[in-house]
Amino acid sequence: MSLTDLSLPQAQSLLQKGELSSRELTQAHLERIAALDGEIHAFLHVDAEAALAQAGEADRMRRVGATHASPLLGIPLAVKDVLTVEGMPCTCGSKILEGYRPPFTATAVQKLKDAGMVILGKTNTDEFAMGSSTENSAYGVTHNPWNFDHVPGGSSGGSAAAVAARMSPLALGSDTGGSVRQPASFCGVTGLKPTYGRVSRYGLVAYGSSLDSVGAFGRSAREVGELFAAMAGHDPLDATSQDVPLPALDWRLNGERPLGGVRIGVPKEYFIDGIQAEVENAVRAAIAQMESLGAEIHPVSLAHTQFALPVYYLIAPAEASANLARFDGIRYGPRVSGQTMWDVFTKTRGEKFGDEATRRIMLGTYALSAGYYDAFYGQAQKVRTLIKRDFEQVFEQVDAIACPVAPTTAFKIGAHGDDPLAMYLEDVFSLPANLAGVPGLAFPVGFDGAGLPIGMQLMGPHFGEAGLLRMAHAYQQATDWHLMKAEMGQR
Amino acid sequence: MSLSLKEVEHIARLARLELTEDEKERYRVQLSAILEHVARLQELDTASIPPTTSIFGGDSPLRADQPRPGLTPEALLANAPEQEKSQFKIPPVFE
Repeated sequence: MSLTDLSLPQAQSLLQKGELSSRELTQAHLERIAALDGEIHAFLHVDAEAALAQAGEADRMRRVGATHASPLLGIPLAVKDVLTVEGMPCTCGSKILEGYRPPFTATAVQKLKDAGMVILGKTNTDEFAMGSSTENSAYGVTHNPWNFDHVPGGSSGGSAAAVAARMSPLALGSDTGGSVRQPASFCGVTGLKPTYGRVSRYGLVAYGSSLDSVGAFGRSAREVGELFAAMAGHDPLDATSQDVPLPALDWRLNGERPLGGVRIGVPKEYFIDGIQAEVENAVRAAIAQMESLGAEIHPVSLAHTQFALPVYYLIAPAEASANLARFDGIRYGPRVSGQTMWDVFTKTRGEKFGDEATRRIMLGTYALSAGYYDAFYGQAQKVRTLIKRDFEQVFEQVDAIACPVAPTTAFKIGAHGDDPLAMYLEDVFSLPANLAGVPGLAFPVGFDGAGLPIGMQLMGPHFGEAGLLRMAHAYQQATDWHLMKAEMGQR
Repeated sequence: MSLSLKEVEHIARLARLELTEDEKERYRVQLSAILEHVARLQELDTASIPPTTSIFGGDSPLRADQPRPGLTPEALLANAPEQEKSQFKIPPVFE
């Protein structure tokens, strides 16, 4: 068994016993990246020298008996290229940040560095996290490890693919409308979108500030939970970060009905015509599995689900139009020269932003413009309240909501061609969690006839990540979808 | 709801985007289709519903007005496309 096949608990045990060094573990992952990433293209930047130095430092700390060593000491990590890491480039998948090297590190990343994690590099993303396939990256698409002709999902496609291909055991992503959960589902890995405000957004390049969250990828709920716990917490550098203590995560399961007493809601609005039949069947089978583990299944209704897409595609672009105004060729990134400052702005932005980013900036600008603000942005904010209330009401009756992550499995690269609206429809089940600010956890529950992974998501009340992680952990102890390994080279 | 070319040009001006004629037409068609879809929000009566501007609301947290270390001018200028005498160098604002 290769070192890259070790589960996190296995690696941690060997490291603690001194039977494995972080340098060896890191080297194994760097070698796997070198062997596979030419075809997969999960990474935009890999710094082998820096990673091995960090690994060496982790080994040294372990040798001198650091008594409060984090369980993540010496474990490799891949970071989505929308999170800043000092000393590494940060492109956000865009040409407008080509060559940019941030002078600061994102709080979430810093906390993990302080815990002794080894940063392997930065992973590919749709430009400014806008997209559902990683096809909007200005630096080339990432290929799904389960079938290279298919997308890994997006926008955190690079991180999901890196974990699925075992190039990194853990990875960070960001989720604004599903960008952790959907690629997790497409790549057969586990991905957590925490409650809004649970993980600091300082150093996460802003796309939709009221929707963005930093998320975690791993090969199991347990591994994702450990990563999440190490980076969650209040941060004075993020004015929206919440000061709510994280409960200790308890992975012990009691007997044959570990989910006894857990109430799971199945929302009818998420099981509609148009879902790929195999996706619906796999999700329903997983729900039945959870019932056999003791959970009570209740039908519920999230009545405003159908409005999530129009609400999101007004609020997110509106916020993005403001957040991306800073990219102007003046202080960072490339500058397209012009006679006047106006020319620098319009030429740099016109040339360097890709199509999707340009579309969303324009949509958002329109939605916020004089005469249209109330009808578009204002109305969307009010309907957002209705969507948020739907969740609050349902969580008075159940502890979690179970549903598909996406209507389909990973589609082929190029499938949505030049049809942005068709791409937006991929997000219908993932957007609501961002609008309501609730946590969502995606994990594998099967494969379709073409061998592509199918994921399910559990959504919970605000600050309810621990419960979701436990439910998924119980499911993963009784099933083995999450243990399946992609055979490289399938087309 | 269909956008006109003039409206597309107005939006591009507001957003400081220089677009080719092809791009203007392509975006005009695509944005019109998207706006058509989002128009369904008008179906809902939201007269008595407050807007959600932020998930947990609340006032912005304040801190004591004490200076603390920040990034240096050198660090901040390191990514500048053009600089001179520790300042960002830009073309004229006015003609």
